[in-house]
Amino acid sequence: MKKFSWRGLSIIIFICITAFYLAPMAIPNLPEWWAKHKLKLGLDLRGGMQILLEVDTSALSAADARGAVDQNIKIIRERIDQFGVAEPSIQKLGDNRIMVQLPGVSDFEAAENLIQQTAMLEFKVVAQSDEAKRVLDIIDSNISANLDKFPALAELDKLDKDIMADSDTLGISSPSSGVFSSLIRLGEMDYEVQYDSIRLMQDLVADSLFQQMVPAGWQISLERADSANPRADRVLHVLSSAVELSGNDLSRAKVEYGSSTSTDPRVANKPYVSIELKREGARKFERVTADNIGKRLAIVLDNVVYSAPNIQERIAGGRAQITGRFSSAEATELAIVLNTGNLIAPISPVSTSIIGATLGSDSIKSGSMAGLIGLGIVMLFMLVYYKVGGLLTDFTLVFNMGFILAMLIAFGGTLTLPGIAGMILTIGMAVDANVLIFERVREELDTGKTPRSAVDAGYNRAAITVWDSNLTTLIAAAVLFQFGTGPVRGFAVTLAIGIVGSMFCALVFLRSLFDTFVLTGSTKKLSI
Amino acid sequence: MRFLTKTNIPFIRMRKIAYTISIIVILASLIGLFVRGLNWSIEFSSGVAAKVNLKAASASVEPVQIDDLRNVLKINGYPEAEIQHVGSVEDATFMIKIKSRQSEDGAATDTKTEIIDLINENFPEHVVGRDLNRDVIAEIYEVGPKVGGELRTNALMAIGISLIFMIIFIWFRFELIFGIMAIVALAHDVLIVIGVFALTGKEISVQIIAALLTIVGYSINDTIVIFDRVREDLKIRRKDPLEVIINDAINETLSRTIITALTTFIATLSLYLFGGQVLHDFALAMCIGVVVGTYSTIFVASSLIVDFTKLAHKEKKAAQKLSKRK
Repeated sequence: MKKFSWRGLSIIIFICITAFYLAPMAIPNLPEWWAKHKLKLGLDLRGGMQILLEVDTSALSAADARGAVDQNIKIIRERIDQFGVAEPSIQKLGDNRIMVQLPGVSDFEAAENLIQQTAMLEFKVVAQSDEAKRVLDIIDSNISANLDKFPALAELDKLDKDIMADSDTLGISSPSSGVFSSLIRLGEMDYEVQYDSIRLMQDLVADSLFQQMVPAGWQISLERADSANPRADRVLHVLSSAVELSGNDLSRAKVEYGSSTSTDPRVANKPYVSIELKREGARKFERVTADNIGKRLAIVLDNVVYSAPNIQERIAGGRAQITGRFSSAEATELAIVLNTGNLIAPISPVSTSIIGATLGSDSIKSGSMAGLIGLGIVMLFMLVYYKVGGLLTDFTLVFNMGFILAMLIAFGGTLTLPGIAGMILTIGMAVDANVLIFERVREELDTGKTPRSAVDAGYNRAAITVWDSNLTTLIAAAVLFQFGTGPVRGFAVTLAIGIVGSMFCALVFLRSLFDTFVLTGSTKKLSI
Repeated sequence: MRFLTKTNIPFIRMRKIAYTISIIVILASLIGLFVRGLNWSIEFSSGVAAKVNLKAASASVEPVQIDDLRNVLKINGYPEAEIQHVGSVEDATFMIKIKSRQSEDGAATDTKTEIIDLINENFPEHVVGRDLNRDVIAEIYEVGPKVGGELRTNALMAIGISLIFMIIFIWFRFELIFGIMAIVALAHDVLIVIGVFALTGKEISVQIIAALLTIVGYSINDTIVIFDRVREDLKIRRKDPLEVIINDAINETLSRTIITALTTFIATLSLYLFGGQVLHDFALAMCIGVVVGTYSTIFVASSLIVDFTKLAHKEKKAAQKLSKRK
């Protein structure tokens, strides 16, 4: 019976931990609590998107601001869950940033919209045609008087005047109407904005200076773009700014499909979102419809008009439809957004990364290929150069790779491309500790020591160096982890695991292998 | 098998030559840095970087020329777009970089979608039959002006602080002069690698930062092995001058230095040759780093210690003389 040794125990623990975390990769059908430990691949390896969002809390008090970020995270998580993304990661970074990672998502535009949409749902009454004309005229003259505040419009105005100046007819030296109304034209039943002016108009509508030009009690909103026909003209609505109903009155939203026999071309055979209102909301809706028969009621989401149906009669029961030339995916997205409620404070992306799945899988292939080739050559070299010692080193080297992967799994880290590169480097650097020891043992052998005492002396001397050099690197890794962000941090974790693994392999594991297999009995010759 | 046994190369005596080489290379790096500047990737600056693959599904379609793509972007309001081939010409993979325009806040969001739309509209033959979001678009990065600068400052600060901690640790284990010279040697290595990137105009991306960090780790490790031997020999051979002890320590550890450099170089070289285009620049930085790091370990770090201790001794002697004269 061999006597108990700490070294043996630590090796057993080491092997067990590694085996435990690596088992789910090799063995299918493990129990759930075990199988859930899996290696997570970074977005750069599996494709997907990452968005860093900033929450604009400038309009809120300090106390509300803190709550708003957390509340927004909750809403975003709910939306993503309903959208159906496997293993999303949503983290708070700093005070007002949110990092969203969506692995495997390929329809990134939809995902981005889904996350970002503030989803302020409002019902507003549409101005009647004479009112609308009056409002637009006032805006037109207000803007003409303050043209210097709107550089984009001033430029257009100058252009117009240049064109008119060439006119042969005397007396038309200036355009007949202001520059603002030249962007709008009266369509069949609504005001419309042509495709090439839409960008300008969108910017205007969002501009707070422009909003000051609109007479009190009214607002200007564009209708939603037709995704199937993006170059079509967009309808411009003049709305009463009073909010008749809001998202708070909503009980739930769901996607439905219009019957093919429906007389309304917007609904026939197309998806739409039907909403149910809460009890009070239903009452409000009843009152609004009763008061405004013959007018139109606009359903506005984030200041964009989705639809503006005519109110034909008083509607009780609290059901309404949002139609608007949706594709079924868009309708689903809208229903999710409405159901999860509106974001407390607006968010905007500060950085976005999208990685195509093809590039990701190519990277894994070439990365692991390079790793295997590098590993193979280094192992061959060690074998040739140090013989039995090299063989034992190769054994611990393979084990070290397994240990790094196992620890990455244990700490919930993700394997990224720089991570793979780091592991390949560890192959090269991990042998360093072994080289140090072997070279030292050879020196000791040269002085005429017996194999056992040469190994002892060599180990004792080299161990100091191994500790010193690895501790320095470990300190660097710790600092990088503490002060670094994102990718720098991930790199620090892989580096630290690699250092611990290679130190253990060289100082404990390899030594033990030596004692057990090489220094048996009275060995005369040491094969290193 | 053994090579480099019992060498006695006068490294310390060769230090003047080594200094000259180092100074010339560092000067070249500095000139590169100041004249050409660093080409920070989009993650560290701001704007949009898109890698697109326009290799058509059917072989009969004419491949996209880089000028076609440049023209399309130019006509549609991106005359400043930088376009490069990634990999071979047959791959038809392009990197499009558009730095964000300073004044417009949030303008970047539109840029990304617009580029995707432009490609979709202008190269229908090359996109048809392929999944736009999976295959055509390899990667897109879009970074707002605030974050890019932040990331850069954070990374540099982290590296700076870790260097300070390393000096303190080496000071604690050896002597202050050892710590400082080790860091000087590190700066030497990093500067040369950065210089190569500045001169070739290659991008400094997050991966390159990771490579620089690895070089720092590798080089300090290498240097400390020699320092350790110096410390050990100093205890045994108290009468020998420092210069001789250091030179012997370098020779005694030479076989280890070369073998470790060799295995690390093999690993990084296989990364360079087989690691694919994404890891190409990373592997290049590492290959240069390993070579430069090994060189600085053997020729620079220890030689500097010899020179500085000599300098310190002279001052001490001069001071003693001065005090005796009184």
